[in-house]
Amino acid sequence: MEETEKCVDLDEAIIRFSGDSGDGMQLTGTLFSDTSALLGNGISTFPDFPAEIRAPQGTVSGVSGFQLHFGSRKINTPGDYCDTLVAMNPAALRANAKWLKKGATVICDVDTFTEKGVARAGFKTANPFVELNISDYNIIYAPITSMTKEALKESPLDMKSIVKCKNMFALGICFYLYSRPLEHTEAYLDRKFRKKPEVAAANKAVLNAGYNYASNTHSFASTYCVAPAPIAPGKYRSISGNQATAWGLMAASEKSGRPLFCGSYPITPATAILEELAKRKDLGVKTLQAEDEIAGICTAIGAAFAGDFAVTTTSGPGLSLKSEATGLAVMTELPLVVVDVQRGGPSTGLPTKPEQGDLYQALWGRNGECPLVVIAASRPSDCFHYAFMAGKIAMEHMTPVLLLSDGFIANGSEPWKIPSMKDFPQIVPPIVTEAPEGGFLPYKRDELRLARSWALPGTKGVEHRVGGLEKDFLKGCVSHDPINHQRMVNVRAAKVARVADFIPSQQVIGDESGDLLVIGWGGTYGHLLSAVEDLRKEGKSVSLCHFNYINPLPKNTAEIFGRFRKIVVCELNLGQFAGYLRMNFQQFRFEQFNKVQGLPFTVVELKEKFYELLAR
Amino acid sequence: MDGQMKYTPQDFKSDQEVKWCPGCGNHAILTAVQKALPEVAEALNYTHEQFTFVSGIGCSSRFPYYMQTFGFHGIHGRATAIATGVKVANPKLTVWQVTGDGDALAIGGNHFIHAIRRNIDINIMLFNNEIYGLTKGQYSPTSKLGKITKTSPFGTIEHPFNPGELVLGARGTFFARTLDVEMGLTKDCLIAAAKHDGTSVVEILQNCVIYNDRTHADFANKDVRADRTIVLRHGEKMVFGKNRDKGLVQIGMKLMVVKIGEGGVTMDDILVHNAHEPNPGVHMMLVNMSYPNYPVALGVIRDVPDHTYDDSIEDQLAELRCKSNICCMDDLLNSGETWEVK
Repeated sequence: MEETEKCVDLDEAIIRFSGDSGDGMQLTGTLFSDTSALLGNGISTFPDFPAEIRAPQGTVSGVSGFQLHFGSRKINTPGDYCDTLVAMNPAALRANAKWLKKGATVICDVDTFTEKGVARAGFKTANPFVELNISDYNIIYAPITSMTKEALKESPLDMKSIVKCKNMFALGICFYLYSRPLEHTEAYLDRKFRKKPEVAAANKAVLNAGYNYASNTHSFASTYCVAPAPIAPGKYRSISGNQATAWGLMAASEKSGRPLFCGSYPITPATAILEELAKRKDLGVKTLQAEDEIAGICTAIGAAFAGDFAVTTTSGPGLSLKSEATGLAVMTELPLVVVDVQRGGPSTGLPTKPEQGDLYQALWGRNGECPLVVIAASRPSDCFHYAFMAGKIAMEHMTPVLLLSDGFIANGSEPWKIPSMKDFPQIVPPIVTEAPEGGFLPYKRDELRLARSWALPGTKGVEHRVGGLEKDFLKGCVSHDPINHQRMVNVRAAKVARVADFIPSQQVIGDESGDLLVIGWGGTYGHLLSAVEDLRKEGKSVSLCHFNYINPLPKNTAEIFGRFRKIVVCELNLGQFAGYLRMNFQQFRFEQFNKVQGLPFTVVELKEKFYELLAR
Repeated sequence: MDGQMKYTPQDFKSDQEVKWCPGCGNHAILTAVQKALPEVAEALNYTHEQFTFVSGIGCSSRFPYYMQTFGFHGIHGRATAIATGVKVANPKLTVWQVTGDGDALAIGGNHFIHAIRRNIDINIMLFNNEIYGLTKGQYSPTSKLGKITKTSPFGTIEHPFNPGELVLGARGTFFARTLDVEMGLTKDCLIAAAKHDGTSVVEILQNCVIYNDRTHADFANKDVRADRTIVLRHGEKMVFGKNRDKGLVQIGMKLMVVKIGEGGVTMDDILVHNAHEPNPGVHMMLVNMSYPNYPVALGVIRDVPDHTYDDSIEDQLAELRCKSNICCMDDLLNSGETWEVK
């Protein structure tokens, strides 16, 4: 080994921080991510929480992880397998070893690899590295706990608080390994512990100790440099999918002038949207934490009737509970956004894991002929755009809109160029301000959108009744007339179909025609894009057609499909979108690639599938 | 009231044909409501377009169609949640919910107790006929134990809810009880409910002529009503009977019916009704009185002030708007940790 390590240039790197759920791994990962963002790297992150809040210490079920993918280009996914794993205990190593690239670097806190600790993690032998078959990997046996104690032996903090600083030691090591400066983290610690300067000082001391330890001990054969990505100039921030969803809804409220009301019941992984909205009383957001999922949507429907931009947020099981009320919103033709952050199902399923199994439920999970608009966001930051569009369509077309997200993009985060509200369109709901001559007809429609008008209680002369019973075509009073019913069923369907005139054409990434068209929708975008880009670099004739507007589909959809020799629909379910496309476009043959493991696709497996299809 | 009011009952009648069965108690309730609203508007300075009626499912829930007001006929059990949303969205509205014993206490029980707990300012009219009418005669959560219905051919084996007890148990701030046929009393209770800030529940004992005729007859029949019910008025003695010679006293932890002038009992011994007492103890005993041991309590039993959910939301919005330096989306988007890429 040379006296000083050389700095090797990398295009990209993937780090996974893991430890007990109380070890502060989410913060450690976030701080590394923020520093890298300041350096101008492309970034994508994903937290991997256990379902339990504080599972027994040192056990595999209590391991919390945070994966970070950064590079000198735009990064589309948090990455499949990691280059560097930080394992704060044997359980973290055991839980994450399957995510190691061959020959990866593993930084472990050797102080925790005691006989007891190793057994507690469920290893059968005394040597976990041999047992995992990774002993020839680049294992850094760092005494993180004892070095943390040593660095703070003069500190006034008690032992428990001292040991809590050990995540900063690990962060310091990683900063050294990837040639990152400490200033941003130090400034963060000063801010966070403004009122507890001794805690700030301790954390900073340990951070530096970790950095110096890595430098002094020559643990690494080389350090790495990842150059800034060529990204558009401007002001950036980091944003998660749930935060972006909440903010997009608020943006729609601002652009429509209708106050935002959210009636919701906490449910993983959607809760953060309600939490984010609850913070924003300063922007006039009203949140009601309802007694159950049904009350969540029903309070929202009441608020919509009274003139608010109303939303309800949930995940799969909650959407099931909201079915009947969603039908009521369809029948009363009120604007409403229902956000479903999908998770593994059926039933309680895999609450913290991503899946795309709710598509059919979103499209058809109601009694009767009950169409509504379905939109899906595809990456953390574009949740903002699609939440905004959901609000715009709901209010301008007087229809419920179901916005699909999933646990992967909801919890994942990425840098986002901060938009300016002046670049967003105005939202103009069809509100009636006074009684028209000849009397008000609540179900009279505008010709363009087939939307009825929104007559708010408190407006003189437009008193009217709505409800779940079938309505007269114009007057809105109860009608059991058979011909009227047929007419109303048809017009409700036509109204939703008409939305196709107001959404953008479907785009293709890559050539407009070719051998293989990869189709996806929603949160799989990053992985599909990475795989398609890789194959295109190799000269393969592959394009990506990724859908955000699900119902109605963009009008040019069939035209695109017709230009490719082969089509494969990739989804994290058993083929729901494929089935939907077959129903709509019987002239095409759709291959499928499906995965239902509560995990995102890996780019590797996608590429393998595409190679196979191209070879056939 | 004089003829100066800005509205008449006619202003609240819609053009829809009323389709309840002939003899149904709902007709009298509808009349009482249409008579009460002009007075409510007068007393609380509401305009016609501020009245909003919300209902669930059941015979009673057809009510909004017969009112010339804003109306929302919801889905089964959810009227309370819908009404809550209406009120939070626009606290200036006067929101009236119409519901039945099945709608409010069975399928909608959860929403009912939580609205009461939150004390959202809505007025709930609970039509209690102790039966499912619209589905043609199954027992409800208020059907008497042993009641024979289509779904309990051998008699029910479930204890019924007493709606008043449930309201008080859910920290209710207003509870009144009336009879469908007592239109004057119903009107008084509705006006008091409207004046109360918070969730007001008015239980209206209603007769279903088809599936549960005479269920309240033991005490509600005209010939026995004076002796078997007591109309409570705040600040007045708890006296009842055709000859106003019976009253209620408290002995230990119990209420007792006494005859004034007998056994040394004088008017001074009779309890004075205090609807504004925060402690629900006596109110609980009053709502639980049942024939034959006691007269059934009618009138406003509980009416205590407390902060309302809708006011609290508005207060928080105003306070935070004032305090925060985030005034629009652009402020929010640019807040917190950001960085510049050159």
